[in-house]
Order: sequence, then structure tokens, then C-alpha cells
Amino acid sequence: MGQIRTETMTVNMGPQHPSTHGVLRLVLELDGENVVSASTTIGYLHTGIEKTAEQKKWQQVIPLVERMDYLSAQSNSLAFVTSVEKLLGLDLPDRVKWIRVLLAELQRINSHLVWLGTHVMDLGAVSVMLYCFRERELLLNINEMIAGFRMFPSYIRVGGLREDLPAEFHETVRAFLDRMPEKLADYERLLTKNQIFRKRTHGVGYISKEDAVAWGLVGPIARSSGVQYDVRRAFPYLVYDKIDFEVPVRTEGDVYARYLLRLVEMRESLKICRQALDRITPRGEWAVDDPRITPPPKDKVYTEMEALIQHFLIYSQGFTVPAGEAAVPIEGPRGEQAFYVVSDGSNRPWRVKSRGPSFFACQAMPTYLIGALIADVVAIIGSTDIVLGDVDR
Amino acid sequence: MEPAEPPVPPSALPKPAPKPPAPKAEAKAPPAPPGPPDQAPPDDLARPDYLAPLEQACPGGVSQVSYWVGDWTLIVPRDRLVEVATWLRDTPESRFDFCSDLTAVDWPPRAERFDLVYCLYSVPHRRRVRLKVRLKDGEAAPSVTGIWPAANWFEREVFDMFGIRFDGHPDLRRILMPDDWQGHPQRKDYPLEGPGELLLEDPLEWLKLRNAAREAEFE
Repeated sequence: MGQIRTETMTVNMGPQHPSTHGVLRLVLELDGENVVSASTTIGYLHTGIEKTAEQKKWQQVIPLVERMDYLSAQSNSLAFVTSVEKLLGLDLPDRVKWIRVLLAELQRINSHLVWLGTHVMDLGAVSVMLYCFRERELLLNINEMIAGFRMFPSYIRVGGLREDLPAEFHETVRAFLDRMPEKLADYERLLTKNQIFRKRTHGVGYISKEDAVAWGLVGPIARSSGVQYDVRRAFPYLVYDKIDFEVPVRTEGDVYARYLLRLVEMRESLKICRQALDRITPRGEWAVDDPRITPPPKDKVYTEMEALIQHFLIYSQGFTVPAGEAAVPIEGPRGEQAFYVVSDGSNRPWRVKSRGPSFFACQAMPTYLIGALIADVVAIIGSTDIVLGDVDR
Repeated sequence: MEPAEPPVPPSALPKPAPKPPAPKAEAKAPPAPPGPPDQAPPDDLARPDYLAPLEQACPGGVSQVSYWVGDWTLIVPRDRLVEVATWLRDTPESRFDFCSDLTAVDWPPRAERFDLVYCLYSVPHRRRVRLKVRLKDGEAAPSVTGIWPAANWFEREVFDMFGIRFDGHPDLRRILMPDDWQGHPQRKDYPLEGPGELLLEDPLEWLKLRNAAREAEFE
């Protein structure tokens, strides 16, 4: 009797696999149930947004960049306009900064809710997904209220906001903030001490601090491996230096740690939202007072010649941005986000490059997949919270 | 009540003068910009503390230093890039251990057509710097994947989008576009509407078809 022959098996996962949250293709080589090698193929969602952006006026780029990382639209537009405003040298009113902080944090909660729902659904907890989407609906309602569009509001513009806050904005956001802590506690009751959930996530998908830095991982993945890097603390933008909040850091570096960390982040975001909401007056300045950039109010357009000319110029030619380059990082839901923006002094960008955190997480995927069990692959991909729209752009 | 005026027959109306031929679209386009300003830093600004040791350790490694809206940029000659990058990562004064972005910018009229841009971040020192390498069309850049593993996919993306090759890259393939794609989309001379289906098979056929379509448009 000869020896039993063993060989590895190649499994193709994706591109149409529900747990990849987008269109990602993984080719896994398996030895029994263990992953021996993994290779990633991306590009299925490439839409050439960076090329298209070069043909658009500065203000018209905002809807495009919001569609890159489709779960954190307002963080994308915030990153883009911050870079452009740096080139323009604009100094925003305080109220606009606080509103932007509030929107960015609501967006973070929104994105984390989708992550939590889909991630634990992959692990079999379907009811949590329904609960998370129930709360997310309230956030989408707030978006609809401010801009009329639920997913991609394009409310943050170069030079401020699209318009002033709607009536009853404060009451709606306050109601959400009051409701949320209790709901978060509900999710935790369902998951944190759940034996099945712990067995699926504890010690799975470990990534070390050194690997996280070498592969350029940022955001909750890096912080759950012990990297102390949060852009809000390292390079405070807007008014984050005046806000009281904690940056949670863990050292376990596994799927369970990422879950715990993101839940703490949601609580911290709620804390920031409350501080911001207290300082935002219901009515006030909503854009920088600069006739080059901000269109005049409508009643003036109808009555004053200068305002009409200014309105016409802004909507037909747009504004020009001084030649130069800038990249201001901000902390999105998935970590450091930046738009490298190059201007040649005209009314259209010369180059727009998005630095998306998902791209790095996707690149490093073989590092934490190799050695894992095939059944854990789905848990690990879910815990990295990649958005393929941001990877492929 | 006055009688209504009889309608003027169309032949009696003065004929509009024949329009002058429309100027060609190329003539209207403003000249392409020569490149980014790369301003020198103001004299009264303190230079970052790692610059002097860097210039000492790698003489000639930094050909120009520029400062613009709060960001420092070091312009590095192509053949010194790996040396400067290794120094920046390993020396305790700088410790730029985090390659945060890598991209390219196309400035077609310039002789050194491409700017390769490296955005670096230092976790212990909490600061950033940008490295810039200027390249001619067809020139290859040295790969930095040995210094920052994270640069791997970025170099592939730059190769895919701009056609810049990287010497020493372990796996230089297209990443976003299909493997059999012709051309490099982010170059400024690449048409926005895309090459069409034909380019995939025969670029010359596609060019002929496009020229024919353009001529038809002018007539």
C-alpha cells in the first residue's frame, strides 16, 4: 500500500461573493482547511473617477468623490474640500466647522452601523443586521432632510455648506443621539458575550503592529493592533483640538478586538456629536463670505445687477484655485483619508488622487489570511471593513 | 383701428451673412501649464531638523526643497531615491516609517514629463513630508517596495495608469484595468471617452476610425 497522496486545492472566491461587500476576487490555495496562499484581484469597480474629475469644475468634483467610498460619502467630500480650501487659503466660520464635525461623526456612525450589520450577518447573526439598518435609516433621514439625497448628499461644498440647516434639524439629531446609546447596548448584549460570536472572532485574523505599519494600515484595524494613529489627534483639522473625546486603542489585533474598538468609536462619536450640536446655532453663517466662491443669496440675484453677474460667473465658469498641490488627511470611518489635489491655476483640477484606506487593507489581505481556516476568511474580510468602491475608484 | 401689416415674404428679408468658419478647437485651448510651482521656502521659516543630517549623509540626494501651504516637499534625483528613502525611514531623527500615498502627475509639455509623488508619514514624530521624483517619458523609476511594502500596489497602479515602469518591483502587472488593455488612462493625452472597443484589438484601426469620425464632424 502506497502513501496517501495529498495536494493543495485552489478555490476561487468571488468576484460575486456576498461577503466581499463589493466585487473582490480572492484565489485561495488550501491545504485541507488551512489557507496556504491568497492572492487578490481588484479593479472590477474601476470607473475612472480620477480621470473624470480632471474634466470637471472644482465644485462639480464633490458628487464624484462622494461615490468613491459609498459608505462614507460625507467624509470623502470633507477630505476633498479641505484640500481645496487649503489651496484657496480660506478661513471658515466656526459654525461651519462645527457642522462639518457633526456631519463627519454621524457619517462615521452610519458607516460603522453598516459594517456591524453586514459583518455579523456573515457570521450568522442576521437579526443584528436588521437592527443596525433600522438605526441607519434615521441617519439617512437626516441626510434627506439637509440635502434631499439619502446616500450622497453633496452637502459639504468648497467654502462651506450648500445651504443653511433645515428647520427641526436639531430636534431630529438630538432624538437620534438620545436613542442611540440604548441601541448600542442592545447590540452588545447580542454579541459581546455571545459564545458563538466569540468563538468565530477571538484570536482570528491577527495582525501585528509592525505589519500594520509596514502595510500602511490605518484606522480601526491599525488601532486594534496597537498603532496610536488617529488623524483627529495627530493632525487636528476643523475644531477637533477643542473637542473632548477618547481614541480607543487595543493591542490584541484580532477580529474581536476590531469589533470592540469600533463599538467604542461609535460611542465616542456620539459624544462628539453632542458637543457639536450644543454649539451649532439653528441659524447663522453657512459659508465663507467670499464672492469668488459663495453664490449670492437668491433675493439679491433677482434685484441687484452685481449679484446676478456674480451668480452667473460662479455657475458658468466656477472659480479658479491658485496653482499648487495639497493633501490634507482626515480621519474617515476606515482611517486616514486624503485627496492629493494638484491645481494648475485654472477652474478645473489638474489631478485628483484619492488615498483610500480600503486600498491598503485590501493589499495587506494575504498577510492576515495565510494560516487562517477557510471558514474564517469571511470573518476576516468583514472585520477589515473594506469598501471596494474606494479600492477601485 | 389700423390694418395689420401684411407679412413680409421671406425672400425680402436681408440674408444673414455667411458665418466665418469656426476656429479649430485646438486653437482655443489654453497652453498646457509647464508644471507645479514648487516654491522655495521663505527665508524666515525654520527648516525641518532632519534636512541638514540628510544632506550630510546623502550629498546631492535632495536637489530642491519646496514649501507650499504648510507642506514640505523634497525633490530627489531618480538614481538617489532608494538611498534617500532608506535614510528617511531608518534614521531616528526622521523615521518616516509609513508610506501614505504614492502617485504620479503628468505635465506633458515638460521634458521631464512625470512627477512621481511619495507622501510619507512618521508615526513616532507625527509629521509628513512629500518626495518628488521627475521622470522623462519611458524612464523607469527604482522601486521602493523593499523599503515600504505598502508601496507595492501603488507602484502597480502608477504603472497601470501612467505607464511608468519600476525597476525591481516583484510583480509589475496592471491592477485596475484589464490585463490586455492598451494605453495608460491617466496620461493627459489619453482620450476621456476611452479608446473604444477596437483599440483592444488593433490600435491603428481604432485611430483610423476616430480620424474618419472627426472629419465627418467637421464637414
